[in-house]
Amino acid sequence: MLLAAAGWAGLCHAEGVLDPQGPIAAAERTLLLNATAIMLVVVIPVMVLTVAFAWWYRASNTRATYAPDWSHSGRIEFVVWSIPAMVVILLAAVAWGSAHLLDPARALSSDQKPVRIEVVSLDWKWLFIYPDLGIATLNQITVPEGTPIEFMLTSTNVMNAFWVPQLGSMIYTMPGMTTHLNLLATNAGDFAGFSSNFSGDGFSDMRFTVHSLPAAGFHSWLEVARGEAALDGEAYSRLAQSGTDVSLRTYGQVTPGLFDRIERDSIGLSAQTMGH
Amino acid sequence: MLGKLTWQAIPWHEPPAMAASAFIILGILGILILITRKGWWGYLWNEWLTSVDHKRIGVMYVLLALVLLVRGFSDAIMMRTQLAMAAGNAPGYLPPEHYDQIFTAHGTIMIFFMAMPFVIGLMNFVVPLQLGVRDVAFPVLNSVSFWLTAAGALLVNVSLVVGEFARTGWLAYPPLSELAFSPGVGVDYYLWALQISGLGTLLAGINMVTTILKLRAPGMTYMRMPVFVWTALCSSMMIVAAFPILTATFGMLLLDRYAGMHFFTTDGGGNFMMYVNLIWAWGHPEVYILALPGFGIFSEVIATFSGKQLFGYRSMVLATLAICVLSNMVWLHHFFTMGAGADVNAVFGIMSMIIAIPTGVKLFNWLFTMFRGRIRFEVPVLWTIGFMVTFVLGGLTGVLLAVPPADFQLHNSLFLVAHFHNVIIGAVLFGLMAGYYYWFPKAFGFTLHRGLGVVSFWCWFIGFYLAFFPLYAVGLLGATRRMQHYADLSWQPYMIVAEVGAVVIMCGIIATILQLVISIRTRESRRDLTGDPWEGRTLEWATASPPPAYNFARLPTVESLDAFWVMKQRHTGNTSNVYPAIEMPRNSANGFLTAFFAVVIGFSLVWHIWWLVVLGLAGAAVILVSFGWRERVPVEVSGEQLAADEAAWRGAGVPG
Repeated sequence: MLLAAAGWAGLCHAEGVLDPQGPIAAAERTLLLNATAIMLVVVIPVMVLTVAFAWWYRASNTRATYAPDWSHSGRIEFVVWSIPAMVVILLAAVAWGSAHLLDPARALSSDQKPVRIEVVSLDWKWLFIYPDLGIATLNQITVPEGTPIEFMLTSTNVMNAFWVPQLGSMIYTMPGMTTHLNLLATNAGDFAGFSSNFSGDGFSDMRFTVHSLPAAGFHSWLEVARGEAALDGEAYSRLAQSGTDVSLRTYGQVTPGLFDRIERDSIGLSAQTMGH
Repeated sequence: MLGKLTWQAIPWHEPPAMAASAFIILGILGILILITRKGWWGYLWNEWLTSVDHKRIGVMYVLLALVLLVRGFSDAIMMRTQLAMAAGNAPGYLPPEHYDQIFTAHGTIMIFFMAMPFVIGLMNFVVPLQLGVRDVAFPVLNSVSFWLTAAGALLVNVSLVVGEFARTGWLAYPPLSELAFSPGVGVDYYLWALQISGLGTLLAGINMVTTILKLRAPGMTYMRMPVFVWTALCSSMMIVAAFPILTATFGMLLLDRYAGMHFFTTDGGGNFMMYVNLIWAWGHPEVYILALPGFGIFSEVIATFSGKQLFGYRSMVLATLAICVLSNMVWLHHFFTMGAGADVNAVFGIMSMIIAIPTGVKLFNWLFTMFRGRIRFEVPVLWTIGFMVTFVLGGLTGVLLAVPPADFQLHNSLFLVAHFHNVIIGAVLFGLMAGYYYWFPKAFGFTLHRGLGVVSFWCWFIGFYLAFFPLYAVGLLGATRRMQHYADLSWQPYMIVAEVGAVVIMCGIIATILQLVISIRTRESRRDLTGDPWEGRTLEWATASPPPAYNFARLPTVESLDAFWVMKQRHTGNTSNVYPAIEMPRNSANGFLTAFFAVVIGFSLVWHIWWLVVLGLAGAAVILVSFGWRERVPVEVSGEQLAADEAAWRGAGVPG
C-alpha cells in the first residue's frame, strides 16, 4: 500500500502523460481519467463482491445459505448483461467523439499561424525540417509557445513512432508514407520525446527534446539557427548512414523538397522521379 | 557443404550465451545418461514417445510448457535486471544486440511454446474425458501435432547455441525483419520454428473441433457439454480460422527473405502495413484462443469447489460464442497509431469494447456461482479468485486502450506491456495453473502437496502486482517497451520494484517445481483411489485416476448437465458387470519421426544447407507414405479384461 501511494505521488508530479503541457495531451489525460472512473464504478464493486462472496460462502461458515441447485435467475441474468452493456454504450460514445475530436490529422484551431515541421526517422536519429523557414534540426525541436505545430512524418527505412508524452498523441513514421500529427505546447518548457516503436539496436537512443520558447525567444533562436551550416546533399548522406547519433545539431539551410525526396527514396522510387 | 553454417555461428566470445548453451547441453546429456543407466528407453519409447493416448500426449504438452516457462522466465528476469540497472548513463550488462534477442525470445516462447502447449495439453487431456469418450478423433495426428510443436520449441532453443535469434520483437514486423535490415539467421530461426509448430497447432485444432463435434458420449447433447468443452471448441475453431493466416503471412515473409520477393519490403512495391494487418488478424484471435480455455477452467473449478451448479450456463455458452466471433473483428486496435482515419479507429475501438460485455457477464456468473455456494479453498480456487480480482483490472486497462485517443498516449509504452501481462498472466497463466492443480490428481492418481501450492500461488499473485503495476506507472511517465536503457533516473525506482516482483515470481516457480518433486517422492501416501478427489461434477471424475488407456470401460450415458454429479445424486452409473470388448489404436512412431525430419528441414533451411533440406523432405515423405501402409490391426481389450480392471479400481476406491 505504502509502495503504491509513493508510486502514485511520484506519478502525479513527474513529467509524462499525467502532466500535460498542451491541449491534446490535456484532453487525453481527461479522457484517461474519465474512462477509468466510469469503469471503476463497476470494477471496484466486482472486486469487493468477489472477496466478500468468497469469504462469506466459505465451507466452514455454517450461517451462510447453501443452495446447491440454484443456478439460474432471469432477473440476475438481465442485470449482468445490462451492466457491462451500459458501461460500453457510454464508453463507445466517448470513443466515437474523442476519436474524431483528437484525430492526429485534425488541424488545431488557433489565431496563430501554424509552424510546419517535417519529421524524418533515420537509423537511429531524428531529423526535423522546417520547410517554411528553410532550416533543419537533429534530435531537437524548437517551437514557439501557444502556436499550433503541424507535423508531417516519414521514415528512411524501418518503422518508428514519434511520441512526446507531455504534448500528446504518438504516431508511426513509415517509409514511403506520410503521417500527420497536430500538437501545441501551451507554455515555454523542455519536453522529452521518444521513439516508441522498436527499430533495431540503436532504438533506445532515439530520444529528442522539444524546446518551447516565447515568441521573442523563438525568433532570436531562428536568427542564430540561420547562421549554422547547411544540410546539403553530402551532409544528408552522412546522416543517412546507419548508426546511432545522439548529437544535437541545427542546419541553417535545407535543400528544398528534401522531405519528399527522402520519402520517395525510402521505397526505391528515386530513379523514376529524378527527372522531375 | 554446410551453407552459411561455420564455426563463427557458435557464440564462443559471448560468455552468457555460452554458459546458457553449456547448461542446456549438459542438462540434456545428463537426462540421456540417466535414462540409459536406468534402462528406461524401452518404457519411454513404448509408453510415451510413440503413445497416441490423448492423456499421455496432453501430459507431454504440459511438461513441454513447464520447461519452456522456465526458459521464458529466465529471459524475463534478465530483461528486468537490465532495466533495473541501465538508468542515466549506465549501460547495464546486456548490450542491445543481446537484449533485443532476449525480449524477442521471451514473447515468442511464452506465447507459442508455453501458453499454447499448456492450453492444448489441458484440452487434450480433459476434453475426451469430459465428453465421455475414449480418445480424440485422430489419435496419430494428435501425436504428430505434439511432436511438431516440440520440434519448433527445439529449433528456438538451438538458436541459442548455433547462431542467433531474431532481434525484431515477437511479431517480427517488417521492414525490420526483412533481409535488408535483419540479414542474420535470427529471423529465419523464428520463422521456421513457428511454421513448424504452427502446423502442429492447426492440426491439433482440427482434431479437437472434430472430436467435439463428432465424438460425444450417448446423450451428450451440445447443451449438456461442460463449459470447458465449449471453450475448447471455440478456441479450436479460432485456431482453425486464424492459424492459416499466420502460416500464409510468415510464408510471404519467407518468400521475401529467401526468394527476393516484395510482399512486405520497402522497395519493389511491397507493403509492410499489410503484414501488420495480417499478423494481427491472427494475433487478436490468438489472445482469445489462449484466454477462452482459461475461462473454461475457472468455470469448472468455481462450480466444483462451490459445490454448486455453474450459474447461468446458457449465458456462459452464449458469451463464449460471442467472444469467439467478435475477437476476429478487432485486430486494428493493435495499431491505432498507424494513421488510419478517425472513423476506422472509432469503429474498431468500439468493436473491441463490445468484447468486454460477454467477458463481464462471465465474471458476474462466476460471482453468482460462489453466491450461496459452499466454497472449499483448495489451491485451484485460490488461482480462480486471484484471477477474478486481477483480471478486472486488466480488463479495465484493456477497455481504456480501446479508446483510440487514450491509446495514442499509451500504445507501445510499458503501460501496454503491463496491460497485456495483466490479462495474459491474470487470465491465461492463472487459469492454466488452476487447471494444472485441478486435474493433476486425475492424471497421476495422487494429489499435490497443498502447502507448497499455496506458497506458489501467493508468490505469483504478489509477484505479479509488484512486477507489473510499476510498469503501468512508468509507462505513463513515457517509458517505452523494448528500450534497453533510459535517461530519466526517476524511472529507476519503479524498475527496481518490478525486478523485486520478478524475483518473487521466481520463488513461485521454484515452489511449483519443489512441490512436484516432493509430491512425487511422497506419492504413496497421497494416492487418490476414488478417482474423484474434489467431489467433481463432470465425467472425467467418473473413472479411475489415472484413467485406463480406454478411459471408460463402458461409455457413460449422459442425462443432464453436470452428468457425473447427477449420477452420484441418483446412484445411477455403472450397474452391469458385462462389458463388450473394445478396440484401441496402436502406438505410432509417426509423430516422433515426422518431428525429427521437421527439425532437420527447419535447421537446414535456416542455414541454407540445401542437400540436407532435400534429405529431410525425402525422409518426411517416406514417413507419410509408410503411414499409408501401416498395420491397421487395432489393440483389442477383451470384456473380461475390462471387467477385471473395473473391479480392481472400484474395489480399491470403495473399501468395504
